[in-house]
Amino acid sequence: MIGVLFDGIAYGSLLFLVSVGLSVTMGLMNFVNLAHGAFAMAGGFACVVAMNRYGVPFLATLPIVFVIGAALGALLERTLYRRLYRATHLDQVLFSIGLTFMAIAAATWVFGSSQQLVRLPDQLRGQVRVAGIDFGVYRLFLIAMVAVITAALGALVARTRFGAHVRAAVDDAAAARGLGIDVDRIFAVTFALGSGLAALGGALGIEVLGLDPAFALKFLVYFLIVVVVGGAGSVRGLLVAALLLGVIDVAAKYYVPRAGAFVIYAAMVVLLLAFPSGLFGRRA
Amino acid sequence: MSRAEAAFWLLPVAAFFLAPGYLVLGSQILIVALFALSLDLILGYAGILSLGHAAFFGVGAYTAGILAVHGWGEPLSGLLAAAIVAGAVGFAVSFLVVRGEDLSRLMVTLGLGLLLYEAANRFADITGGVDGLSGVVTGKIFGVFSFDLAGRTAYVYSFVVLFALFVLLRRVVASPFGLALTGVRENRTRMPALGVPVRRRLVAAFTLAATIAGVAGALLTQTTQFVGIDTLAFDRSADVLIMLVLGGTGRLYGAIIGTAVFMIARDYLSGINPVYWEFWLGFLLVVFVLFARGGILGAADAIGRRIGRR
Repeated sequence: MIGVLFDGIAYGSLLFLVSVGLSVTMGLMNFVNLAHGAFAMAGGFACVVAMNRYGVPFLATLPIVFVIGAALGALLERTLYRRLYRATHLDQVLFSIGLTFMAIAAATWVFGSSQQLVRLPDQLRGQVRVAGIDFGVYRLFLIAMVAVITAALGALVARTRFGAHVRAAVDDAAAARGLGIDVDRIFAVTFALGSGLAALGGALGIEVLGLDPAFALKFLVYFLIVVVVGGAGSVRGLLVAALLLGVIDVAAKYYVPRAGAFVIYAAMVVLLLAFPSGLFGRRA
Repeated sequence: MSRAEAAFWLLPVAAFFLAPGYLVLGSQILIVALFALSLDLILGYAGILSLGHAAFFGVGAYTAGILAVHGWGEPLSGLLAAAIVAGAVGFAVSFLVVRGEDLSRLMVTLGLGLLLYEAANRFADITGGVDGLSGVVTGKIFGVFSFDLAGRTAYVYSFVVLFALFVLLRRVVASPFGLALTGVRENRTRMPALGVPVRRRLVAAFTLAATIAGVAGALLTQTTQFVGIDTLAFDRSADVLIMLVLGGTGRLYGAIIGTAVFMIARDYLSGINPVYWEFWLGFLLVVFVLFARGGILGAADAIGRRIGRR
């Protein structure tokens, strides 16, 4: 029982990490970015390449992966995404599905369609025994990572000048511009930050979620569910939604394996009907 | 019916006589075109963004398939049953879909599509699960025309159903009901002031679209005598959306032209290498969104206007 709860929280933490960036683009910038899973996938492959081809240790790959993801996000934001901020949702959906298809095809071409494996360092493997219950070390590590990142993000948004600019830019871009805030640059940096976190999540998730070119679409649904249930751009709501859905999904797969992913989709539809703007959503 | 329209409908007739080796692909195109038409009604006219339209296609396909496996192979009543079941599911679901904004509609349709896919996967004793439902035997149409291996009957059958439902849809979108849908798409808050019950119109449009999608699914079952679980898959929802947008939304013919172009290109390119096809499809989507929002017909209109101005 506690084991299932623990696994669910670790899984939810991972979902949270990947979904944070999507929550910002979709919730705050009002851009339906279905290519978000592709950024996570890119991070996973960057980690695999760094470890298996260049022999970089796993923990050292994480900052590299973050930087690569952020750079990729910044590049695409500057060249393509920014043109579509004012486009219809349909255009955004099609555009980002197109990007995803290209990313999947490119990944299949370069890496093949098989599952990628990484070897975790010994310190992160195995289990520790606390009060007679086994906890996976890697899952403890995931939870700790997410706790640190959540605290850092919360401080960044709530306490820094940059955070204030971001909040101003998404609340009312025109007024923010009038106050001399460089909204374009704020959006670009925010987008890059979100992409970097997605890439980081993709790398951390190889051990738990697996990694192959289909990753970009397979888990996209989970990220979307977390964001929509969590509510637009609320970090707290997102965290609650991610943990809740993580626990529900793990528990469902453990106790009623026959139901499979059925439970999580049903949970989403029910939650969406009960809370149309998310658990902690700000009403537009 | 204008001369251009008549000429357009002569093309598939001509294809029947001129390209007898491609009739199987041809009937697939006709069936998916019908599916794309049903999406055009809700996306192009009513402005409802759906990422799970394959749900109704799949419901229709499985209805016809399960009936046929249990001995009810008569095709026309099979189509009717599929239409009724898909329409009923669409009607039930429509209340969840019409109440939200774009984003929650997108998620609800996506979620429902995934739910049905999982359901078909889990209840394998009824649906055949991932292996698909085989053993579908389709009877003769009117008790006379049996389905042949070359696909001649299937092609004519699909063509007639597509044409009949197209004529129906063409009337629907030109009716006050269709105009009300366009009005809702353009300005949802103003339509109630004109006395249009927005929710009821959207529910009706969604139900009609689901019904037609169900007929398309049943056609696929009856002509291929098999139901794959991919009839419910997300890829099918995404593909049909792409076909519709490729051809141009909100003009009916766009759905048919987009489907034909998409499926012929896919047949040709994925014959070379399936990975290339996916890449170029993605590339094409990005280019279309950035430079040619109206799709093929929209671009043709723009060129036509430019020539006309000279």
